[in-house]
Amino acid sequence: MTNPEVLLIGVGNEYCGDDGAGLAVVRALKTRKLPPAVRLLEAEMCDGASLLSLWRAQSQVILIDAVSSGAPAGTIYRFDALAQPLPANLCFRSTHGFGVADALALAYTLNQIPFALLVYAIEGQNFTAHIGLSPEVEKAVQVASEQICQMVSLWCTQDMPASLMDGE
Amino acid sequence: MKKTKQIRIDPLTRVEGEGVLYVKIDAGKVSDIKFKIIEPPRFFEALLRGRLFREAPDITARICGICPVAYQTSAVQAMEHALGVVVDGQLRLLRRVLYCGEWIESHLLHIFMLHAPDFLGYPDAMHMAKDHPEIVKRALELKKAGNTIIKFLGGREIHPVNVRVGGFYRVPTRQEFAPLLDTLKWARDATLQAVQWTGQLPFPDFVQDYEFVSLHHPTEYPIMGERLISNRGLDIATSAYEAHFREEQVPYSTALHSTLIGRGSYLTGPLARYNLNFARLSPLAQQAAHDAGLEPTCKNPFKSIIVRAVEVLYAFDEAVRLIEQYERPDPPALSMRPRAATGMAITEAPRGILYQRYQLDDEGRILTAKIVPPTAQNQRMVQEDLWQCVAQGLDMPEDALLHRCEQTIRNYDPCISCSTHFLRLHIERS
Repeated sequence: MTNPEVLLIGVGNEYCGDDGAGLAVVRALKTRKLPPAVRLLEAEMCDGASLLSLWRAQSQVILIDAVSSGAPAGTIYRFDALAQPLPANLCFRSTHGFGVADALALAYTLNQIPFALLVYAIEGQNFTAHIGLSPEVEKAVQVASEQICQMVSLWCTQDMPASLMDGE
Repeated sequence: MKKTKQIRIDPLTRVEGEGVLYVKIDAGKVSDIKFKIIEPPRFFEALLRGRLFREAPDITARICGICPVAYQTSAVQAMEHALGVVVDGQLRLLRRVLYCGEWIESHLLHIFMLHAPDFLGYPDAMHMAKDHPEIVKRALELKKAGNTIIKFLGGREIHPVNVRVGGFYRVPTRQEFAPLLDTLKWARDATLQAVQWTGQLPFPDFVQDYEFVSLHHPTEYPIMGERLISNRGLDIATSAYEAHFREEQVPYSTALHSTLIGRGSYLTGPLARYNLNFARLSPLAQQAAHDAGLEPTCKNPFKSIIVRAVEVLYAFDEAVRLIEQYERPDPPALSMRPRAATGMAITEAPRGILYQRYQLDDEGRILTAKIVPPTAQNQRMVQEDLWQCVAQGLDMPEDALLHRCEQTIRNYDPCISCSTHFLRLHIERS
């Protein structure tokens, strides 16, 4: 596939502390030099169902969100969401009960999945109403955006690797 | 022999804030119910202090991910009230169109992704979609049409940035509206089927004698308005809200219970709007309601799902009607001078009346802010419905009763914690 659309979607609410991690990653990436095929999107607290309308069949998507799983704060999870279902113990926070995990499951059922779908999930610690990330989450945001930047640059300069994880 | 049963439903880690339901049963009768699902937006009220009045729409939009337009519109109208400005004509028309987009998006998400699975015995929308893919696909397409309104008028993919005190930053030309108009006409027709579909769901027998509260307007089905009415004689200016409604701290939690002073609990939202303003629905929406089996009066909260579908149809119909008469206003926003004043406004969010009040200093900086969301106002009514629900369901198996409780709560489309397994059941017997 030549010149696919690469879509980087950060999901979250910056007014609920670490729930802003996904948005922070996208904002960090906005300061980087990325290939022209890459589109950055801050999906602030949008309901999961809206996510399905953001990508096309030929899109390559990286979705970044905060999660609550009990792991140490700042833990970074990476999933090829088309190769395996998301682990059940990962809680993507949502105010209206239809969050990222539900959206992905629905996309599968309705066959509205993009060509590639990588999910970055950053473990948050403090989701109470306030502005600002915990220090561990702040660090994880920097690490994740660096990884994504490199991966995306690689995607856009060569053919799609056999496994999405080859990009690191 | 006294048999006491306690049912405690604990919060899940997957929800923000806490969703708690505690039920105590003594000798076969419900003796106590404690319920809480929402935290009041105190953080945002504090955050707004010291900010300029112009910043209110951008800050309040982040209170709720599914209804930012509602928060923005109540905010800008409250500021305009304080500063003595009335936004009318084409600018008000555009606000109404934008708000229709939000009703559409919010209601469709709730009807098909969150509530319909309850009625059909599915654990969630994914399972329902396996058996009914076309229904769910159509719902998502219609929802996308609603999103298109918000994207077009709101100015950004997901989150509206075009709204300001006094109007908009940019307003479209008539020609720019044309593609959107085509989409909305298609969507309006496609929604007729969705209304019919909701009318055929199985409904529990459940009736409550509600005091319905909604905005009222001389000609419009209410989204914005100056009067607040009920079916038991309330008829006040929206600015008099705090003289008639009071928030009470509930002793057992940080929940707030909103009451009509001297009267008690009330219901706000689609069912209230429908019962109080049926005659204001467009003929198409009235007919669809009738065809789906709804009378102009409805006291069964489970049928809120049909009412939401009717409101989606009305919103498409109304958006088309308004766009067809649109003429581009100039300027895109009214200007105003800051002054020391207090202003308040109520708009009809998808979930019901949303009240905001701001006190400004002479530079237009916010001294105090008060925000009362519809879900907070319905909390006490939900608890009363649950009382009846549990009392009726004492003979049901625990799983079925839990499911019925969840379905009862979801009648209100509550903000925060509406996930599929919202309530985890703990049973203590003594």
